[in-house]
Amino acid sequence: MKILVVDDEKDIQALFEQRFRKEIRSGEMEFAFAFSGEEALIFLEDSGQEAVLILSDINMPGISGLELLRRIKEKYKEPPPIVMMITAYGDNDNHQTAMHLGANDFLTKPLDFNFLKEQLKGYLHD
Amino acid sequence: MNEAAFAEYTKNLVQQGAVGSDEKYVTENRPTDLYLHFLPFLQGMLYVGNDAPLKEQELQLVQNLAEAFSTAYARYEDFTKLEAAKSAVEAAMDELRATQSQLVQQEKLASLGQLTAGIAHEIKNPLNFVNNFSEVSIEMIEEVLEEREKTRLSDRLGRESTDGTLVDDILKDIKVNLQKIHKHGTRANGIVTSMLLHARGGSGKKEPTDLNALVREYVNLCFHGMRAGKNPIHVEIVLDLDTEMGLTPLVKEDFTRVIINLCTNAFDAMRSKSISDQSGNYVPRLRITTKKEAQTMTMVVEDNGPGIPDEIKDKIMQPFFTTKKGTEGTGLGLSISHDIVKAHGGSLNVEIKESEGSAFVIQLPIV
Ligand SMILES: Nc1ncnc2c1ncn2[C@@H]1O[C@H](COP(=O)(O)OP(=O)(O)O)[C@@H](O)[C@H]1O
Ligand SMILES: [Mg+2]
Repeated sequence: MKILVVDDEKDIQALFEQRFRKEIRSGEMEFAFAFSGEEALIFLEDSGQEAVLILSDINMPGISGLELLRRIKEKYKEPPPIVMMITAYGDNDNHQTAMHLGANDFLTKPLDFNFLKEQLKGYLHD
Repeated sequence: MNEAAFAEYTKNLVQQGAVGSDEKYVTENRPTDLYLHFLPFLQGMLYVGNDAPLKEQELQLVQNLAEAFSTAYARYEDFTKLEAAKSAVEAAMDELRATQSQLVQQEKLASLGQLTAGIAHEIKNPLNFVNNFSEVSIEMIEEVLEEREKTRLSDRLGRESTDGTLVDDILKDIKVNLQKIHKHGTRANGIVTSMLLHARGGSGKKEPTDLNALVREYVNLCFHGMRAGKNPIHVEIVLDLDTEMGLTPLVKEDFTRVIINLCTNAFDAMRSKSISDQSGNYVPRLRITTKKEAQTMTMVVEDNGPGIPDEIKDKIMQPFFTTKKGTEGTGLGLSISHDIVKAHGGSLNVEIKESEGSAFVIQLPIV
């Protein structure tokens, strides 16, 4: 399964590649990275909705994660991609907006990768 | 007036508290009849009893006396009133001073409040890396140990040992991870340090400061603060910073408040424009420029919000002037910023470009 990670923090790529190195090595999971909402939209366009799961940060310059979520849910309907939102502000407003826009999950930084891994595997086997 | 009437009259006066006692008016060889003359003046009345009516000239004299007395009395009254007024004014001034410093303190806390969300963001991001890169490094060290154990086993069994490149690769990764942990730890530390500087205040002295770095840091904090606050908007931020800037003498903790106030105002202005915008293609843009010249440096904070109407242009720097509703504005941001820039020997001016937003221009002497 292909997972697209969207975050303006560049080190996020090294972090995911290491924390999921076993899953990547075994081919269980495959990751792609975009460093802005714009890049993410281009990636989705080009890859023809190859990524079935999108993990996006909320606070990014340019298109925010919430806006990205809105556009994805609007554009890609069948099958609807799973979108998990990640934020450094665990505030209620963002949470509610994200859920209202159809987010499948809402995680806060610092990320609990063990929890994230379980969630991802859950979606994988559904 | 006869004696009995006079006695009655003085008793009356005593009762009204106008005179102390009637005794002193009852003398040994008192006249049996008195002619009383009443000469009222502003604060009271002079009365003169005599055994004959006063002559015109005498009456004039007494009249003058009454007037002189009235003037003296008025002076005295004015004086006590003045004293009372003076202490009332002093009390009001004290109260005003206390309120003002309280408000200035509140404004400072409010601007810190603006930042807290930005600070949370800026700390949780590095923390995410510190926590996770360290955890994953522990896992990797365990892998190295396992590999070593395997090698030892195969050595003992006389088998060909596994090649060491896997271990080498893992060790290289661990090294990179530790560098990243250090980098993000330093980043978080910088944020906390500048937050404390902002909250507590520093030495209050001017120090040679990298203004560009200060701008980058605080614009970023303000932006994240706004983003995490009520009604966040998307803003394109353009930093056009003079690479030849060098160091500018600044009281850091004060000057950061100027940056925060100007950015917050710009975000507020652009928010109101994006709400009223009908075209649907309004892109809020904040541009900050720094430029070094021979004797001065110029910093411009520019937005493409609604601009400032001519009628209020002269008022916006005044303390307590605000067009924001309810508790959204204190009206102190610009006046405090103005005072801070002035204390640096510089100037803060506003430029309004017709329907194209506003620009706040700071000029500071470098030497
Ligand atoms: N960038 C701007 N664009 C438009 N109006 C502004 C801008 N900055 C300040 N103002 C006006 O100046 C007023 C005073 O600003 P300030 O002293 O910071 O107080 P406050 O922000 O609390 O209202 C604001 O209420 C607003 O009307
Ligand atoms: Mg303000």
